[in-house]
Amino acid sequence: MEWETVIGLEVHAQLATKSKIFSGSSTTFGAEPNTQASALDLAMPGTLPVPNEQAYRYAIMFGLAIDADIARTSVFERKNYFYPDLPKAYQTTQLEKPIVGPGHVEIELADGTKKTIRIHHAHLEEDAGKSLHEDFHGMSGIDLNRAGTPLVEIVSEPDMRSSEEAVAFAKKLHSIVTSLGICDGEMSQGSMRFDVNISVRKPGEELGTRTETKNLNSFRFMEDAIKLEVERQIDLIEDGGKVIQETRLYNGDTKQARSMRSKEEANDYRYFPCPDLLPVVIEDDYIESIRKELPELPDARQERFITQYGLSSYDASALGSDANMALYFETAAKDSGDTKLTANWIMGELSARLNSADLSIKHSPLSAEQLAGMVSRIADGTISSKMAKQVFDGMWNNGGDADSIIEDQGLKQVSDSGAIEAMVDEVIANSDKQVDNFRNADESKRPKMLGYFVGQIMKASKGQANPQQVNEILLKKLNDLL
Amino acid sequence: MNDSIMHNKTIAEIIAGLEAGEFTSVEITQHYLKRIKQLDRKYNSYITVNETSALAQAEAADQRRAKGNAPAFCGVPIAHKDIFCTNGIRTSCGSKMLDNFVPPYDATVVENFANAGAVVLGKTNMDEFAMGSSNETSFYGPVKNPWNINTVPGGSSGGSAAAIAAHLAPGATATDTGGSIRQPAALCGITGLKPTYGRVSRWGMIAFASSLDQGGPMARTAEDCALMLNVMASFDPKDSTSIDREVPDYTTNLNQSLNGLKIGIPREYFEEGLNPGTEQAVKNALAELEKQGATLVSISLPHTKLAVPAYYVIAPAEASANLSRFDGVRYGHRCEDPKDLRDMYMRTRAEGFGEEVKRRILVGAYCLSAGYYDAYYRKAQQVRRLIKQDFVDAFEKVDVIMGPTSPSPAFEFGSKGSDPVAMYLEDIYTIATNLAGLPGMSAPCGFVDNKPVGLQIIGNYFDESRMLNVAHQFQLATGWHKRSPEGLELEEAK
Repeated sequence: MEWETVIGLEVHAQLATKSKIFSGSSTTFGAEPNTQASALDLAMPGTLPVPNEQAYRYAIMFGLAIDADIARTSVFERKNYFYPDLPKAYQTTQLEKPIVGPGHVEIELADGTKKTIRIHHAHLEEDAGKSLHEDFHGMSGIDLNRAGTPLVEIVSEPDMRSSEEAVAFAKKLHSIVTSLGICDGEMSQGSMRFDVNISVRKPGEELGTRTETKNLNSFRFMEDAIKLEVERQIDLIEDGGKVIQETRLYNGDTKQARSMRSKEEANDYRYFPCPDLLPVVIEDDYIESIRKELPELPDARQERFITQYGLSSYDASALGSDANMALYFETAAKDSGDTKLTANWIMGELSARLNSADLSIKHSPLSAEQLAGMVSRIADGTISSKMAKQVFDGMWNNGGDADSIIEDQGLKQVSDSGAIEAMVDEVIANSDKQVDNFRNADESKRPKMLGYFVGQIMKASKGQANPQQVNEILLKKLNDLL
Repeated sequence: MNDSIMHNKTIAEIIAGLEAGEFTSVEITQHYLKRIKQLDRKYNSYITVNETSALAQAEAADQRRAKGNAPAFCGVPIAHKDIFCTNGIRTSCGSKMLDNFVPPYDATVVENFANAGAVVLGKTNMDEFAMGSSNETSFYGPVKNPWNINTVPGGSSGGSAAAIAAHLAPGATATDTGGSIRQPAALCGITGLKPTYGRVSRWGMIAFASSLDQGGPMARTAEDCALMLNVMASFDPKDSTSIDREVPDYTTNLNQSLNGLKIGIPREYFEEGLNPGTEQAVKNALAELEKQGATLVSISLPHTKLAVPAYYVIAPAEASANLSRFDGVRYGHRCEDPKDLRDMYMRTRAEGFGEEVKRRILVGAYCLSAGYYDAYYRKAQQVRRLIKQDFVDAFEKVDVIMGPTSPSPAFEFGSKGSDPVAMYLEDIYTIATNLAGLPGMSAPCGFVDNKPVGLQIIGNYFDESRMLNVAHQFQLATGWHKRSPEGLELEEAK
């Protein structure tokens, strides 16, 4: 009998607030170590936390987006454990009274089937700092810039049955938080991190023992890590072994995972309500005012892309699920005036380039305006698609706009029928042998013989002749010779 | 100006003297610094004396006054309990752990006094991390009670109390988590007030038990406490538990008559364990207040007996988390040559904390552990609500509640050292008000064997004005607060 995989996710999303959750320090990524750490972030004695209202707003936005209950009273608790990157030696988090209660999202799989994934709750908490293990000669450095960055931790029910479903769910959450503008979604900077709880069982049986693979920060790693762990668990059980409840770490470079600690070694976190932070009571009016300002959510946007732009549901999903991608597409489509062509270039060349350069759309070297400039020159026939690739390369590598690249590199397409006719005549005049062959050939073979002439004409025009016009004129002239 | 008169002045009198030009801030500051230098060897009430910065502050204050824009405490010397962070001045909290800790910021209380122009003589001794009722747990050695140097000054604000009793400061800041202002005030024969929770900012005040800690003033008179509270109390956006409520002028009602005042006398505060001499002194005080027109109403606070046990779950639980940050990583003590992280944590904390602090961290961690949380922490919180309700019910019937501050006068060093529970019972009458978040104060009301006795006045929420009014009226009619211990004269003055 087949094995069934059961997966639940815990997702940490860094909230895009300007300052930290309990201090005024900046949350900007990439600053010099410890330059964004105040006395509070260092847990100096006597310092006290003051909650950042924006973090609550963002968490409530998320709750509304997943159709969840918003807790009218939420409470911060202290989760106690010692670690050098946790300055207070407790993390301020929510346990018994989280801000966001049960909710749900819908995922769509490759075959078009839809499935609802339930979300158990989502809570606010603070991020820890980072330990730096290099360059300190047997010691560790601590960078507290990240300490106190607000996080929303989203905890799903164990509703997923495959790595595909888990990745679809993770992508859906990514799409929701970026669409809401509450998280920048930069996975490579740790803005979203996934902990995956995995167990296997025979269908219909009780849940098996689960393991938790922590801190996956890309969809690819998540997919690989799940497959690896599922395989490990099945092999283990089929060999007569037992899965032990443990926390595991997956290394994306070596594609291997190892046990970090077992349940027996787990900490007793001694949670209790934080006496420095009073329970926060949220009123209905406050929630309603946030609901009114909620931006367009991915599902609604994809629907709109289908009706407004006539995109296929596949294209609508590719362009509409990520907020930055959607913004890029809509800006470029509006500027270029050709929706379909814009969509094709974004999903084709641009996505491929971004992928291989490991860049997100937000960091695309090519702006939506630049792309639109090029697309509109294809649309109005100034350049061919083939020449457009050269323009694209030019903009990607050196910047600038399409028009000046077309001008500088002389890529303008020749659509003057007189000029093309002259080139066709010249090629025909210089190709007696090929013209004879064409004349004597069987009619069915003639189309294949056009290639030679087209090639010569394009060569003569340095690739600038409008290929469609070349084809038409050439065919007419050759037929006249028959 | 005769020196011996200068250090007998109350804060109100110092302000008047500075205003009248009888003496300058530099003169009175120098006088206090000289006294501290000569006399504090005997009492050990200061951990750090700020000789240079105090004189600089005094000079600045005199200049400010000369320019005619003197704020309320301009040039008045005071001391801060060494639990309040002082920018650039070592703040030890009475612990080896913070012996080398110099904060880069001021506590809000310190800032408030700086803005009011006060001169800071130094940082006063205290039980380590405010955990103790005798000042014996200080890393810097015990403070001696100026009334009898073989006895304790009380704790944890024993340094502030003894400094005032020995006239080494006219007033000092202090903190009270379970009685740490009121009990030492009682044992040293001075006046001290713990305000309503949230009245005084906790920002920069090193946390012991966050839901119970509250800063307050200590001085020789109720009037001085009112003047100090005017400066200390503030709404502070940096403290989420600070309450946004207007700060009244606490001196306004001092002279109101007590005619018609209803004083609740809790039966439970006069049961076994109370020293008969203490009981008599308190009853005499109540009789005096009756004479002034107050009515005594017998009341019951039925959950009084549960206060100490509930407190010794909640306070250590919070402390166990609050003190976790002292891990040797970023500041404070770190052990020599740690062989790894675990070794660094363990030795740093083993070396840096004293016995009582360790005991409470262990108790607190235990109470919060998986499987014990419901039986201890959750239960204690339920008890806390019952205790609060006792007071809410009582204040339906009375204006203030009174009784003894501590069960007996100052005891000898070491006499309770081996029995932590006996020490914990020192705070049996004071702890409940912290659990309820109510204000409480202690004022001198007599002596037993030449040892001071304190009268405790508990008020309703934010009713500090009325408590100060009661204490002031009592002090106008009695002379207990004016008595000073022997041996306070400087060598040269003899």
